[in-house]
Amino acid sequence: MAMNEKDEENLLSEEQRRYATWLQWGARSGLVMLIVTFIAYVAGWLTPHVPLEQLPSVWGLPVEAYLKKTGAPTGWSWLSDLGQGDFASLIGIAWLSASSLFCLFAVLPIYFKRRDWVFVVLCICALIVQLLAASGLLVAGK
Amino acid sequence: MLNTFSQKLKGARFEATLLFMMLALFTAGAYAADATTTIAMPWWGWAIALFVTCFILGIVAVPSGVGGGVLFVPIVGGFFPFHLDFVRGAGLLVALASSLAAGPSLMRAGLADLRLALPLAVLASASAIAGALVGLAIPSNVVQIALGLTILGIVVLMATAKKSEFPVVPVADKLSMALSMHGFFRDTAQNKVISWKVHRTPLGIFLFVLIGFIGGLFGVGAGWANLPVLNLLMGAPIKLAAGTSGLILTLASSSATWVYLNEGSVLAVIAVPSVIGMMLGAMIGARLLHVLKASVVRKMVITLLLFAGIRALLKGLGIWP
Repeated sequence: MAMNEKDEENLLSEEQRRYATWLQWGARSGLVMLIVTFIAYVAGWLTPHVPLEQLPSVWGLPVEAYLKKTGAPTGWSWLSDLGQGDFASLIGIAWLSASSLFCLFAVLPIYFKRRDWVFVVLCICALIVQLLAASGLLVAGK
Repeated sequence: MLNTFSQKLKGARFEATLLFMMLALFTAGAYAADATTTIAMPWWGWAIALFVTCFILGIVAVPSGVGGGVLFVPIVGGFFPFHLDFVRGAGLLVALASSLAAGPSLMRAGLADLRLALPLAVLASASAIAGALVGLAIPSNVVQIALGLTILGIVVLMATAKKSEFPVVPVADKLSMALSMHGFFRDTAQNKVISWKVHRTPLGIFLFVLIGFIGGLFGVGAGWANLPVLNLLMGAPIKLAAGTSGLILTLASSSATWVYLNEGSVLAVIAVPSVIGMMLGAMIGARLLHVLKASVVRKMVITLLLFAGIRALLKGLGIWP
């Protein structure tokens, strides 16, 4: 069956189109944040918590030893130190990681409206997993 | 005929150049491994080396059909001075950014299907968190040994696994029917609408739990395993399997990335040049798809992974520290 682009668009479900749009904007804005904050970091516009020159002496350490030696924060504590270049760069990384969360929130009402309860539950489960991961409540015990 | 010959010549030249670049990468890697103890290179030197390495990896990742993460972790972990904790954090981000960049257009083309991806991704994301937590809790030499063995396993999988463009699915199983895991997509090569359905969903779900765990544990993403499970086991057409694999990766990698980020295992100076290098390389790789001979590049990548796997194993065992 030969198709044109309009037919092709009609093959896509509403949630598929909305998810794609939100994913695109999430990824694009995250990459812009990542690049801008990294430039500010390496150009020295934002003074880092760990000076760039000192990094080669600490980046070979296991993360526990690195944190102990540099006093770098864990969890969401870096949010209070956004003025420091190395932590400002984490905004783009966190934003990229959160892109799927935004998409799931965006498609949930569509499943609700259609009373597609299986996918409502799946969507909520996916949101819980992502939120739990982002919360910082899960900690690796050495 | 002349045109064909000229294209073949260009392709052969490019493959030779790629081979040279990869050999240079090996040499630079071996040099870098020694340099960690003998030469103090400034931070920006490492950042540039990382960018160049990831750029090359990005070029070969597309035609070889593997994700960037699976190449990144063993190679950067084996030949750069960064601790594996930070390499895995950056590896997940590389896998995440690559799949995020490709995801929207694949979804719009119908080649990444949300109804197929979501049930599998929920469990893969949860197990990726568990993998990340375990990976950060166990000693790094144990992770290195397990990584080496896993990479060698991937080499075997890549060398032996077949692909099926349109697998035969006689009857969709009950679970996939209940989850409405079926649909259509347009195959642009044939300009046809392809109808698809899947089977063996319970086994597929079980394998995705395992794949998610391994992806989180080693920070390698999981395209290398998602694809054969979706295509060969569950019977999704190869193009749909490749696209949906990326969509699953956006969810599974992001949950594991959060764990690494919260544990302080993501260093921007390692992660950002890697992501940018890999994405630029992947863009070039995608444009060179018609010039490069995919099977040759795939063999080169398998060789590269074999070398990196052996390196990781020997590093973990303390034989080649």
